[in-house]
Amino acid sequence: MPTFSLKINGQNQTVDTEPQTPLLWVIREHLGLMGTKFGCGISQCGACTVHVDGHAMKACSLPVSAMANGQEIITIEGLSEDGSHPLQKAWIKAQVPQCGYCQSGQIMQAATLLNTNPNPTREEILDHMRGNLCRCGTYMRILVAIQEAAKASQGQTLNND
Amino acid sequence: MMNATPSDRKSSTLSRRQFLATAGGITITITAYGLAPSMGLSQKEGKRKAEDKQLTVWVRLEPNGQLTIYNPAAEMGQGSMTALPVILAEELDADWSKVRIENAPIEPDVYGLDRGDHKIMLTVGSWSVKGYFNSLRQAGAQARYVLLNSVANHWQVPLSELKTDAGLVTHQKSGRQVSYGEITSFIKIPASIPEIPEEQLKRPDQFRLIGSVLPRYDIPAKVDGSALFAMDVQVPGMLYGVIERGTIHGSQPTLQNEQAIRSLEGIVELVMLEYGVGIVATSLEKALNAKKRIKIQWSEDVKAVGHSSQEAFALYEKMANEDQSGEILTEKGNVSESLKTAAKTYSADYKNDYVYHAQMEPLNAIASVAADGMSAEIWAGTQAPGSVADTIAEALQIDPSRVTFHQHFLGGGLGRRSNHDYIIEAARLSKAVSKPVKVLWTREDDLRYGMYRPMSLQRLQASVDASGSLTGLSHCVVGDGGGLLTSGANNEFYAIPHQHLEVRAVENGIRLKHWRAVGHGPNKFAIESFIDEIATGQGIDPYAFRRTLMKESPRALQTLEKAAEMAQWNTPPKEGRARGIAFGERSGSLCTGICEISLDREKGKIRVHHFWSAVDAGIVVQPDNVVAQMEGGILMGMSSVLSESITINQGKVQQSNFHDYPLLRITDIPERIDIAMIPSEEPPQGIGEASLPVVAGAIANAFAALTGKRLRHLPFTPDRVLEALKG
Ligand code: FES
Ligand code: FES
Repeated sequence: MPTFSLKINGQNQTVDTEPQTPLLWVIREHLGLMGTKFGCGISQCGACTVHVDGHAMKACSLPVSAMANGQEIITIEGLSEDGSHPLQKAWIKAQVPQCGYCQSGQIMQAATLLNTNPNPTREEILDHMRGNLCRCGTYMRILVAIQEAAKASQGQTLNND
Repeated sequence: MMNATPSDRKSSTLSRRQFLATAGGITITITAYGLAPSMGLSQKEGKRKAEDKQLTVWVRLEPNGQLTIYNPAAEMGQGSMTALPVILAEELDADWSKVRIENAPIEPDVYGLDRGDHKIMLTVGSWSVKGYFNSLRQAGAQARYVLLNSVANHWQVPLSELKTDAGLVTHQKSGRQVSYGEITSFIKIPASIPEIPEEQLKRPDQFRLIGSVLPRYDIPAKVDGSALFAMDVQVPGMLYGVIERGTIHGSQPTLQNEQAIRSLEGIVELVMLEYGVGIVATSLEKALNAKKRIKIQWSEDVKAVGHSSQEAFALYEKMANEDQSGEILTEKGNVSESLKTAAKTYSADYKNDYVYHAQMEPLNAIASVAADGMSAEIWAGTQAPGSVADTIAEALQIDPSRVTFHQHFLGGGLGRRSNHDYIIEAARLSKAVSKPVKVLWTREDDLRYGMYRPMSLQRLQASVDASGSLTGLSHCVVGDGGGLLTSGANNEFYAIPHQHLEVRAVENGIRLKHWRAVGHGPNKFAIESFIDEIATGQGIDPYAFRRTLMKESPRALQTLEKAAEMAQWNTPPKEGRARGIAFGERSGSLCTGICEISLDREKGKIRVHHFWSAVDAGIVVQPDNVVAQMEGGILMGMSSVLSESITINQGKVQQSNFHDYPLLRITDIPERIDIAMIPSEEPPQGIGEASLPVVAGAIANAFAALTGKRLRHLPFTPDRVLEALKG
C-alpha cells in the first residue's frame, strides 16, 4: 500500500492507503480528526468541507493522492485554537446549531467567503453557502451569524488560514 | 400517535448503580460516584472526586458549587439536553452558570418517562419537555430539600426559615448565608426524601430560568468540531462494516462472487443477512471498495415488486370510490345525512408521495461483542436508548444485563432513529468476527433502504348548510402504514358538528416509519387546503372562515388572530404575491402559519418570501430554542413540500442520494421568518414538530390565492406546478 504525506492543520502526517481513498476517510478514520463529517460522499451536502490552500473543498471527493503535494489542508480543528474564530463566536451568539452535524462544514465554507469578501451581500452569502445542506433548518441563523461576523470584522478579511 | 413505538425496558431492568428507594417513590443514591457516563461532549467533562456529593439521582454537587444535572433525553438537535436541566435547576434555585449537563445513565426505571405501568427512555413525538416537566420540577425541589435540610440541621434552625437564591441558602434572622458548594462539607443526605407538595413549587411568576434566554449547552462543542456523534467513535482494534442492500425492500440476496470479494485485500469476513450482505474489512475504504464490486442476485418474489408508487394512486382512488367503508376512527353526528341534506357539498382528493428522513448523519453504530459471544458493548446515537440493551440481547441471545450502551449526539433523529435496525447490524457483524466493528450506512443505503413517511390519498367531503355553515366533514385516508397515516386527521379545534374519519388500508411491502410530525404533514395539508377551498366556494375570506370554525377553541383562535396580525392579513400583499393561512395542532402545541409567496410561471417555481407563525406551546422553557425549532420545522416543511419525493417502480426505489432527492438549500429560504409565542401558564407542550404540519396548507392556499388553481399533490415540484397552471 502506498504511503502519502499530508500537511493538515500545520502538521505533517503520513498515511498508508490506496491512492483513490477520499481525503475524508483519511482525515477521519486514519487521523482521528472527527470534526469533518460524512453526509453524502458525492459533493452534494458540504458536511465534509475543509480548506485546501485556502479554498473550501469537499473532502469526500478528493482522492488522497491528489492532496499529497504539499497543500495546506485545514479542518475545523485547525480553524482556530480554541473555537475563537469570529465565525465560531458568531455561531454561538446566534445559537445556530441544532443537531450540529452539518455545522463544521457550514463554518468552514463560510470562512472562505469572509477571507476574500469582508462585506458580502445577502445574495453573495446565500450563493456561497448553497452547497451546504442543513436538514435541521438552521439556514436563517447561518445567514445571521455570517452577517454578524462580517460586521464584527469591520471590513477586514479574516485571513487566519 | 405512536403506533410503532419500539418496546422499551420494563421495570425488571437490572440496575448497574445502587439505588435506595424512598417513600415518595423517588430514588436517591449515596454510593455511586464516578459511574454516570459523560458521553457526547468529548473529553471536556470534569473528573469526579470523593468530595463531590450526589444529592439525588439527578444532581451531583461539587465543593466549588459546580452542579451536574443528568439529561434523560436523546439530544438530536431539539435542544432538550438544555431545556430539561433548566426545569430542574429552576426548582433547585441553581446558579445556572455553575450547571454542567451530562447524559443520564441508561436506566429507564430511574430516568424514564412515566408511561403508566412502566417507564421508558425514548425521545419521540416531542414528548421530552412535556413529559418530564412535572417530574423534573419535583426532582429539583427534592435536591433543594436535601440542601435545606442539611443547613437547617447544621445551623440548628427550622428549615422553614431558610430561603434560597441562585446557589445560596440564606437565613434572614441571623443574617447567615452559605453557598451550595460550601454545603458539601457538612451535607447529610437523608435516607428518604419527601415528595414536595405542588403548592410549595414556584409559581410561573417566580420563574428565573424557565422562559429566559439561556444559551444551549451543546452548542460550543458543535462549532469547534468536538461534539461526538457515534460516527466519530473509534475503539481500539476496530474493524469496519458496510452492508450491500437491495433497492427492493424485502428482497433477499444470493451472493454471486464470494471468492472474488474474499480475495480482495483487507476483507475479514462476509456476513449473510436476510436482506443484504455484510462486509467486514480492515479499513473503511476497503470495505466500501468491496461493496462496489460485490455481485448479488436479488429475489423478486416479494410484495414490494408489485408496487409502483405513481400507479398506486389510481388504485387508492378506486378504493376511495368503493361503497364499503374502511376502519372508522371517528364518527361524530351523522355525516352521510349532513351531506344528503346540505345546501352545498364539496369534495376533493389530496395526495402525497413518500418522503425520506434525510437526517444529516447517515445511520451508523459500533458494537463490540466479546469472543465468547456472551456480552456486548454498543456505541450509537438513538432516540430509544432505553431499549437498546433488550434489543441487542435478543439479537445475540444473551442477557440484557450483559449489554453496555453508550449514547451519543444524534446527527438528526426525525423519527428514523427510534428503530434499532442499524445497531443490530453492528452487533451481528461484530459477533461474526469477535472484534469491534463500526457499521456505516452510505447515503445511498440510508435513502434506498430507508423507512419512509407513507404515500397516501385523502378524500375529503363537506356539507354546508343554507346559512353557509360547515356542518359536516368526511375524511377518508387510503394507504399503507396504519397509525402513521392518521395522526392529525381529527379536527378537535374546528366546531364541525358532523365528522367522519376512516382509513382504508393496503399493503405495499415498503418500509415505513414516523417522520417528523408523522401523519400531521399530509393530513393538515389536506384539511387546511380543503377548508380554504370551501371558504373560497362560499365567498368568505379563509381567515374569517376559520375564525368562525374556532369559536369554541379560544387558544387555537388566539394563534390564528396573532398570526393574522403579524402578517397584516387585512392588507393586500405586494403585486405578484399572495398569502395563505393554515392551522395545525401537534404534540399539544397549537400553531397557525401564514406565508407569502410569488411564482415563476415559466419555471413553475414557488418562492416563499415570508413566513409568520404564532404558537401556543403552554409554558415556554427555552424561548430562543422554541423559535429555532419553529424555524427548523418551517424550513424542513418547505423542503418536503416543494421538492421531496421518493418514487418506487416495481419495487425499486428510484432515488439514491441528494442529487435526485433534493433538500431545501439556503438559496431558497424566505427573506424572513417571524415567530410569536402566546404567553401561557398552561403546562408545556411539544415544540419540535409544531410548525411543520402547517407549511403545506399555507403554501397551497397562497398558490390558490395567487393563481386560482389548487395544488393537490405533495410535493409541489415545478412539473406539478406547471400542470396545475394549465389545468
Ligand atoms: S460528504 Fe462530502 S459533500 Fe457530502
Ligand atoms: S444542524 Fe442538523 S443538519 Fe444542520
